Parts: sequence; C-alpha cells; structure tokens
Amino acid sequence: MPKDINEVVGRREDARFLTGTGRYTDDITQHNQAAAVFARSPIANGIIRKIDVSAAEAMPGVLAIFTGEDFTEVGGNPAGWMINSRDGSPMHEPKRPVLAHGKVRHVGDAYAAVIAETPEQAQDAMEAIDADFEELPAIVDMAAALSGDDYVHDEIGTNQCFDWGWIEDNRAATDAAIQGAHHVTTLELVNNRLVPNAMEPRCSMASYHPATEEYVLHTTSQNPHLTRLLISAFVLGIPENKLTVIAPDVGGGFGSKIYHYGEEALVLAAAKKLGRPVKWTADRTEAFLTDAHGRDHVTKIELALDAEGNFLAFRTETMANVGAYLSNFSTATPTFLHGTLMAGNYTVPNVYVNVKAVFTNTAPVDAYRGAGRPEATYSIERVIDKAARELGMDPITLRRQNFVKPDQYPFASAAGLEYDSGNYDALMDRMEEIADLGGFTARRAASEAKGMWRGLGINAYIEACGIAPSNLVGVLGSRVGLYDAATVRVNATGNLSVMVGAHSHGQGHETAFPDIVADMLGINAASIDIVHGDTSKIPFGMGTYGSRSLAVCGSAVVRATEKIIVKAKKIAAHMLEASDLDIELKDGVFSVAGTNSSVSFGEVALKAYIPHDFPITEIEPGLEETAFYDPANFTYPSGAYCCEVEVDPETGKVSVERFTAVDDFGNVINPMIVTGQVHGGLGQGIGQALLEHTTYDENGQLLSASYMDYTMPRADDLPFFHVDHSQGTPCTHNPLGVKGCGEAGAIGSPPTVVNAVIDALNSGGKPVTHLDMPLTPHRVWSAMQTV
Amino acid sequence: MTTVTMTVNGKSVSREVESRTLLSAFLRDGLNLTGTHIGCDTSQCGACTVHVDGKAVKACTMFALEAEGAEVGTIEGQSSHGKLNTIQEAFKEHHGLQCGFCTPGMVMTTAALLKDNPTPSEAQIRAHLEGNICRCTGYHNIVKAIMAASGQDVSAIAAA
Repeated sequence: MPKDINEVVGRREDARFLTGTGRYTDDITQHNQAAAVFARSPIANGIIRKIDVSAAEAMPGVLAIFTGEDFTEVGGNPAGWMINSRDGSPMHEPKRPVLAHGKVRHVGDAYAAVIAETPEQAQDAMEAIDADFEELPAIVDMAAALSGDDYVHDEIGTNQCFDWGWIEDNRAATDAAIQGAHHVTTLELVNNRLVPNAMEPRCSMASYHPATEEYVLHTTSQNPHLTRLLISAFVLGIPENKLTVIAPDVGGGFGSKIYHYGEEALVLAAAKKLGRPVKWTADRTEAFLTDAHGRDHVTKIELALDAEGNFLAFRTETMANVGAYLSNFSTATPTFLHGTLMAGNYTVPNVYVNVKAVFTNTAPVDAYRGAGRPEATYSIERVIDKAARELGMDPITLRRQNFVKPDQYPFASAAGLEYDSGNYDALMDRMEEIADLGGFTARRAASEAKGMWRGLGINAYIEACGIAPSNLVGVLGSRVGLYDAATVRVNATGNLSVMVGAHSHGQGHETAFPDIVADMLGINAASIDIVHGDTSKIPFGMGTYGSRSLAVCGSAVVRATEKIIVKAKKIAAHMLEASDLDIELKDGVFSVAGTNSSVSFGEVALKAYIPHDFPITEIEPGLEETAFYDPANFTYPSGAYCCEVEVDPETGKVSVERFTAVDDFGNVINPMIVTGQVHGGLGQGIGQALLEHTTYDENGQLLSASYMDYTMPRADDLPFFHVDHSQGTPCTHNPLGVKGCGEAGAIGSPPTVVNAVIDALNSGGKPVTHLDMPLTPHRVWSAMQTV
Repeated sequence: MTTVTMTVNGKSVSREVESRTLLSAFLRDGLNLTGTHIGCDTSQCGACTVHVDGKAVKACTMFALEAEGAEVGTIEGQSSHGKLNTIQEAFKEHHGLQCGFCTPGMVMTTAALLKDNPTPSEAQIRAHLEGNICRCTGYHNIVKAIMAASGQDVSAIAAA
C-alpha cells in the first residue's frame, strides 16, 4: 500500500525531488522572458580584431547584443584572497571583465552575448556574429609558461601569479633536516585536473523593476549573499539593497557554484536595458569550458626519515594552475587550504611548502570538493607509501609510528595549524577491523587463482574545514569574513521559521537543521522549517562550501536558539509571576523550578505576539533572534581508509573490489546524511584516481569537453562502500562538537586507490613506484610493459 | 510550425512545435513538466529519461514530432494523490538522492528496468544505470534503493 509522501522515512527535501516538483533555476519561467546565449572564443589566446554584430542584429527575434565594449566602465570579478610572494610582493591580479575585451584568453571565454525572444533565435544570431581574432601561441604547460616570453596577461609581464612559501621561516630548518637525514624519499606527481560536473548546469535569470530600481537574480549558487556582494561591491555597483539574489533548488555544486561568473552580471545588465527578464542556461559543453575546474598541481615532494622511520621533514615544491583569470577562491586553494595541511596526521617537526601559481590559457581553476586538502593528502600519503616500500616497512606501522597521539591535543602542527582533537590510532584500529585486513591474503590468493593481481592500499588523512575564523583568514589574506548567520523566528502559533546563511544543494539542511532547534527547545522538529537561498529572506551568511554548513551555520542556529530560550524564559517568568532565573525548559514546557507551575512553548509564543499585559520596559514583543557565528578554529576531520583493487594483467584495467572509510566527524547529527556525503566524496575521489581527466591539447583546445570524452564515474565503476563514523572525537570549539563531513571522501580516497594499484602491480612482479592519476587501463598497461 | 499530438501522463496534449524542438524541450517549455531535467547535450547523463510507449527513452534524443501519437510518461506521472510509488519510496527511505537533479531520470530508468527484470542483481542494476549519471551519491544508495524497491533484502549491505 503506497504511503503518504511524509510518512516515508528519509529527508524532507526528497518528496519534491522524487515527484519532479523541485524548483531549479531553469524550471522557473517569467512573463515576457527573453533568452541569452553567449559567443565564446574558439581559440585559447588571441587579440580580438573585429566583432561585427550587424548581421546578427538583423536576425529574427534579436533584442540586443552585448560585447566587451559595453562593460568597460564597470568593475571586474575579484579574487577573494590576496596572497603575498616569498619576497613580500603582492600577487598579480589581472582584471576579469564581464565579457572579454581586447583579448580572449581561453577557449570558451565569452566575448559577446545575444539576447533574443527565444534561446533558439539567440543561438542562431550568435552564430551570425562575424568575429575575427589574431591567434597567439597558446600557453598551456605550466613549466613552459614560467620560462617563456608569451604572457596570458601582457600588462603583468609574467605568467607567475605568486611564488608563495609556507612557512618561509621554516625553510632553512627543513632543508637542513633533509640534508642530514638517514633516508629521503622523493616523489614527483601530478594531481590531475578535474571538472566538477554538478549535474545541473549553471543557469542565471535576472529581472529589473524600473519603478523601484530593484533587481532580482535567480542563479545556481552555493552562496547567494557572496554573489550579491561581489556583484554589488566589485562588478556592477548595484546597491546591495536593490539586488536580491535567489538560489532556489540547486542541482549540486562541489565548489563550482561558489563563484560569481560573468554570465550573472550580463543577464542583470540585459534585464535592465530591455526591461524584461533575461535567462541564460548553460549547456554541458559550456559547463566544461567555463565552470571553474579543480586541482591541476604538479608537485615534487620529499620525505626525510631517520634510521628508525621517524619523519623528520616534508618539503614540497608545487606548480598550481590558476587558468586564465583568478576565480574567487583560486588563490586560497593552493596556498592556505593546501600548504597548511602538509604535516598530515604526523608529528613531523619540519614542513616547508613552495607554491608557484601559474596563469595559462585554460579555464580558471578554483576550489573543487576538498580544495587543496586532497592535493596535500595525495602528496603526503603517496610519498609515505613510497617510503615504506623503499624501507621495507609496513605502511600502517610506519604511519602509526608517526601519528599525533591522543594525549597531544591541542597539537600545533609544523605547518601552522592547531589540531583540536582526534585519535588516528583508533581510526586505524577500526578500519583494520571493518576492512578485515586479516582476510586479505586469502582474497589475494583467490584473485590470483583467477589470473588477477590484487592490491591493498591504505591511507590516513586529516583536513581542515568548517572555514573559517575571520581573524585568522584576515591575517592570511582573505578579503571576506567567514562567519555564518541564522535567524530563528518563533511564529505566534508556535511553529518556527529558521532562516540560515548556508545553502542546501544536496546536503539535506532542511532535514538536519530543524533537529538542532527541536532538540534544544524540546519541541517536535516537524513544526520547524528551514529557509535558505534568498537574500531578501535570510541573514547575511557566507553560504555552503568547505564543509562548513553544520560546523559554522549550525553553530549560528544554536546561538540564535539560545537567545530565543533566554527571551522565552523571561516571557514565561512574566506569565508565571516568577523570576526568569527560576524558569526551566524541558520537553517544550517552561516551569518554575520546584513547583508544578508551567506554561507550554506554544503559550509563550502566542503571548510574545499578543503582549497585552507585557511589562513593555522589560520585554519587547515578538520572539525572533539572530546570531552570527564566527568559528574559533577550523574543524579537523580525519580518517583511515582502505581500498582493495584487482588489476587485470592482460588489459591494465583496475576494479575497486572493496573500500572502507572510517572517519572522525566528531558528533554526528544525522548519520544517514553523513554517510551519504562520504559515499559521494568517495565516488568523486575514485573517479579522480581511475577515470577523470581534463585534457587540453598544445593549442589550448579542451579535448575532454563532453561526457563522451570526460569519464564520469558510472554505477558499475564503483562498489558498495563500508563507511563508519563510530570513532568521533568531538570538536572542542563549536557548540555542536561537529566536524565537516562534505569533502572527506574526496580527500581521503585518491591516494588510497593509487596505493592499492601500486601494491597490486608489485604483487604481480612489476616494481612500479608511482603512476599519475587517472590510472586508466592504458596507463597501467603501459607501465607493466616498461618495468 | 507543426502540430504534434501525444498522450502525456494519461492526458492527450496537442501543441504547435518547430521541427527542431526536442521532446525534452517540449515537455519542459511546452507543457511545464519541469521534472524532466537537461543535464548534458550528448545523451549521456540520463536526467531527461522518460517513458515513450513503455520504454525508457532520453527525451533529449527525440524530436517532439517523433512522439506523435505516442504514450509518454514523465516523473510527474509516477506518483498520484500525494502517494509515492514503490520506487520513489525506496529512494527516499534509503537516501538514494541528494541534490535531486538526476533523480527523475533515475526513477524512470528504474521503473523500466523493474518492468523487464523484477529482481535484478546488483551487477545487473549497476550495468543498467550506465546511461544515468549521478554526481552526489557514489551510486551506493541508488543501487541499494533499487534492490529494496524490487523486494530484495538489503539489510546486509553496508549501513547507510
């Protein structure tokens, strides 16, 4: 017998998504809406010699055509973090215009936009634009970009955005530790470039009301207030009080929808010019060409050890691709979200990281699920595995020997962070149990009996998320604060609306957040609704990324609810003719301590809005409170992961046979959602390790610009996962004791998979020490032939 | 413009369309059935999967005119009067969706699979989902939900 939608256990969000009644930006159609289509550069680097729109303007249905000329008087899209180079000089920050002007700098760089009655008419007209470019040599390879004489931005005169050292004062000591070490393991690796590929392509729709001079922008954003701030303060100068940004249902983000993109500014300008709503919806090829990409590091890492296997130093040199323009978080990702994690889970005393950020004629590169921490974890955990193999040590023993121990917290890492809590040995113990490491030998024998090589890979990770303390990030160059905000509104009839700055686009906030409030007030969570995604309704929050929603915004919900309780107790005290100091709240009932005198939460709510007898000098009417929460530190999730693979010696094909993820997320509010977040991260991390690769040719053409060319993980590429978070050590500095869980899977899994494949190859008599991701059959098979 | 007539979720509809109008665009823009999503332009992602004469079809791969006279089913026709069907219930109970964008296509593909193969194995399910991409779930809970929807015991599968 079918059940009513709300009778089935699961998330509140699910009913609308399962019935096709979700409301994504492209699902919204406004009266008299026009369509925008962008003309995009077919070349990677060139001077714009001509853009003749006369033929296009005469096409049916065309309403307006914009080029870069139309935006020379407005601002540019800025980088959110100022990074200083080792010599103290500020990074180079070229202007990023709404539409390319003078030059195009990557394939897909928009140089014109057509507004027409329908998307088809706009597309037809776009193809009639007569544009002429003087093609210049494409700057694609990072090493060549740093040594060559051609520049992505001529006015800068270098392709090096910055040359950053972390921590510069530790450099000499790190060099000395490596110089004098018993053993040094060196590994050169590539962290492959990825495309985030949220399943919903970006979409932006603007409207303008001349009488009030108000704009409304519906857009696919993880952080509508940040988008509004960027548009208002930096790009178009629209007053914030005249711009509403709404991110309705959003079909995944993974970082790519943090950033403000030029298309958002274009539809706003077009809506004002035409006096009509204007919508643009990306197709998938546009998404590949213009969504901010992820990773793309080329790294050399060295690990120095003493004769007993104790870690003495990590030293890293990295080139990080930032693409043609600086996307909003692009300068923070390879620096403070990467270099600060380069001590890993270990008591290593010396760490030095050098990162050179490089402009190339490719799409901008920015934070993608994990953002810097996957790059750090991959480098550390791969070089440790290589060291273990070189020294003939067990990889688990070597890691355990160097772990930070439970009695060392708070622990000041050699890379400048203070880890608040953790227990890495307990995670490893639990992983060994769940993954049944004792049974591996038998499983390997079974694989070998059918002609397959079986490998075991293990990994430990720590990451820093729940970004971030504003005072710390301010010192480190952030141009924004990274608090979040919540307003708890108790309505007169006793139900609640909770307005939050975090945005939910798959994370289940509408289900998890009410439980926090319900638990504190002792009322039914079903009477509490979450409101998010609309700057006209919610307080100024910084949105959802960096696994921050629960740790930062959830903490703001706690703080606002605490204020509600304080005020509600005053109202209850007035109603019960007692002192508010004597009022207790339990199970949704306020009572006077030691008496049976009480009022319900609902009665207090009603009284708050019908204050006929309030002592108005002591208690204001209403019951609504706002809190801004600025975290004292990052949260530090950690984990122990294990992967078993089979490698087919005939073809080089790798299959993931078993995967175990044991994570410390501190306290867990909703285990179902947390587990789902880990599953998704594992899918993306295994995708990076085995399948996904973004390839530009030497001319800067993106060869992997569709799902026929870029391998997304499919269901038959992945196994069932074993996920556990029973070993949580609560975060010590936020009121919920929670740590972020959104990115862990994508951070911990790539080195686990690669370690397993290297192990399988060695078991098959192929002493391969390293292979760069993705470990495609071609790469694995080729390696077998050459060793 | 040409008139096309078809039955969508049991109701006869007739509209003027351009010959180049895709079935996906016809459903979304012409009939406001926006549960059918567009996630790619190469018929890979499966977010637009609908049923045409009982078979799962990617609506971006057909012209609206090709559906002349056809019985078309969309995600909006899968539940009725506030009741989820068995597949939808299983996806909800087993957290087989996160952002929800691929979900309509997953449900429609699953419905077609279970019609042909009422108790598919894990391997059969994974193979059958080749044409449906999900970026959020790692497929774990989708596969689990489909097994549950087909009446199989999923209690031994790693906890979710």
